[in-house]
Amino acid sequence: MSGHSTYAPKTGFGKWMDARLPIARLMHDSFVSYPVPRNLNSFYTFGGILSLMLIVQIVTGIVLAMHYAANTEVAFNSVEQFVRDGNFGWLFRYMHANGASMFFIAVYIHIFRGLYYGSYKAPREILWILGCIIFLLMMATAFMGYVLPWGQMSFWGATVITGFFTAIPMIGDSIQTLLLGGFVVDNPTLNRFFSLHYLLPFMIVGVVILHVWALHVTGQTNPTGVEVKKTSDVIPFTPYATVKDAFAMVVFLIVFAWFLFYLPNFLGHPDNYIPADSLKTPAHIVPEWYFLPFYAILRAITFNISIPFTDIVLIDSKLGGVLAMFGSIAVLFLVPWLDTSPVRSANYRPIYRWFFWLLVITGIALGYLGSRPAEGGYVLAAQFFTFLYFAHFLVILPWLGKFEKPTPLPASITDAVLGEKAKA
Amino acid sequence: MSAKASKEPTRRDFLYIATGAAGAVGTVALAWPFIDQMNPDASTLALSTTEVDISSIEPGQSVVVKWRGKPVFIRNRTEKEIEEAKQVPLEELKDRAARNPNAQGEEADTAIDLNRSAGKDKENWLVMVGVCTHLGCIPVGQSGDFGGWFCPCHGSHYDTAGRIRKGPAPENLAVPPFKFVKDNVILIG
Ligand code: HEM
Ligand code: FES
Repeated sequence: MSGHSTYAPKTGFGKWMDARLPIARLMHDSFVSYPVPRNLNSFYTFGGILSLMLIVQIVTGIVLAMHYAANTEVAFNSVEQFVRDGNFGWLFRYMHANGASMFFIAVYIHIFRGLYYGSYKAPREILWILGCIIFLLMMATAFMGYVLPWGQMSFWGATVITGFFTAIPMIGDSIQTLLLGGFVVDNPTLNRFFSLHYLLPFMIVGVVILHVWALHVTGQTNPTGVEVKKTSDVIPFTPYATVKDAFAMVVFLIVFAWFLFYLPNFLGHPDNYIPADSLKTPAHIVPEWYFLPFYAILRAITFNISIPFTDIVLIDSKLGGVLAMFGSIAVLFLVPWLDTSPVRSANYRPIYRWFFWLLVITGIALGYLGSRPAEGGYVLAAQFFTFLYFAHFLVILPWLGKFEKPTPLPASITDAVLGEKAKA
Repeated sequence: MSAKASKEPTRRDFLYIATGAAGAVGTVALAWPFIDQMNPDASTLALSTTEVDISSIEPGQSVVVKWRGKPVFIRNRTEKEIEEAKQVPLEELKDRAARNPNAQGEEADTAIDLNRSAGKDKENWLVMVGVCTHLGCIPVGQSGDFGGWFCPCHGSHYDTAGRIRKGPAPENLAVPPFKFVKDNVILIG
């Protein structure tokens, strides 16, 4: 979409600058004159919302870091003291803690938007993969951030998650020791997690820049999935998309504010207000809500995988669980090649549409099961939904594309939009 | 210098390769400190030992002591618990290895009750690192389906000899190196 630049500097300083560092031109071409499809709906506003949330997390995080002490003796109290005695400490702490949740709500909607409208299909594979990398970095950042307040869930969450690495045959234990800086989660662990929690968001900023760059090379998809063909298919980013994005941000911030001011601890876990105790595991460990579906997959693998009719174990249950969990994210990277259908948008894929909603239900069900104790029926249900999750990506997507009959596509975006008007 | 396409390696080729190789070695040599600084420092590594007086632990009681930052369970088992653990046929175990560096004699590496305990005539004593072999939580004593330990994190059940019987954990609870220094004092580590 990078056509001719229409930027024309008006002031003398503008011209002087443009000949030396054309940053105003870059901004103008990317966010003012940049053409976007005329039929984008509200689900396309979450990219802007995500950028906003990244800034919110960085700004509030830098404030928190001014009052936080990464030492096991004082970490818990330093957070509490800032909340109780600090000037507006409660505001910044809860903005940051709830902000992380809001960030994940937005990223999940953004990812499912991509899955519904086939945004990952050629030529947008790299764009999609960069998005998956951002998602991984977000998870690492949020996990390490959650360790910092050094409550019971911080400590035991860190123990369990770094325990994943011990599932690796032979070298697993040494890797865990390397990550922790000791044999158990302790002060060295807290220190390095703080350092990395500070660093990773800035790496996310870097990948976001690549993500937007890739987006501006290929242009956006749209609800029809038909590529832009003529000038009547597009409108300039400013004012149209700018205003729409800004409106969506305001609505989103109202939801954020509702949690922040009325339910600041609703999304957290009360056990994290108990200082970390390395000799006592809470009765029921759960991660933050946004990790629950993956946690359910981890716990669903309760059986060893052996060579049939022998006792030889190929993959024990522990390694199996960890592989399934990482696999559930790895399949996302492969979606552009797993989906064989030439049609992008689910609006024109009558059967895929059903499977899409089944995947949404699967995700929610796994999330619920991840919050339940790992017992009896809950484990069976988690195994069932884990199977559905993988089947969607590894069986349904490759197979459906070959066999499903799509409904007729509109000739162009303009046709789709004005055709509807004509019918009404 | 006009490139003479000769097959003979020139001095310049040699310099390129030597410089490149030295650079590569230097990069690796510098990378190692960056990785190794993450490993435990000397004070953490200093192999600590812990001495515990067990005279006051009655049958049916346990204590938890800290060793290398990890909890160690010391349990004086009841007759019933020992009997239950002995009844279990080896084939029923998910992990048939003793996981006990102190066990001696023939078949010291099988997970029969004797090899899990402190040994002959001391079968009532069970000393184990109280860290679930799944992902590292601390199991709760005298609970679960087998009356031994239960790990609440992802539902692993251990029996009265600390052997994994059900759930995602792959191995029996590890027995640390320990010995009796007196009749009622043990030294862990
Ligand atoms: C991608 C952006 C970020 C995410 C998703 C994120 C997430 C989190 C989460 C989930 C917590 C635990 C909150 C709690 O329960 O109290 C946390 C804590 C913390 N974060 Fe971040 N964070 C981000 C960026 C940053 C940045 C850039 C900094 C520093 C410059 C920072 C500094 C802190 C500090 C000091 C704490 C401990 C205080 C507390 O727990 O409230 N964060 N973060
Ligand atoms: S850590 Fe004990 S069952 Fe997972």
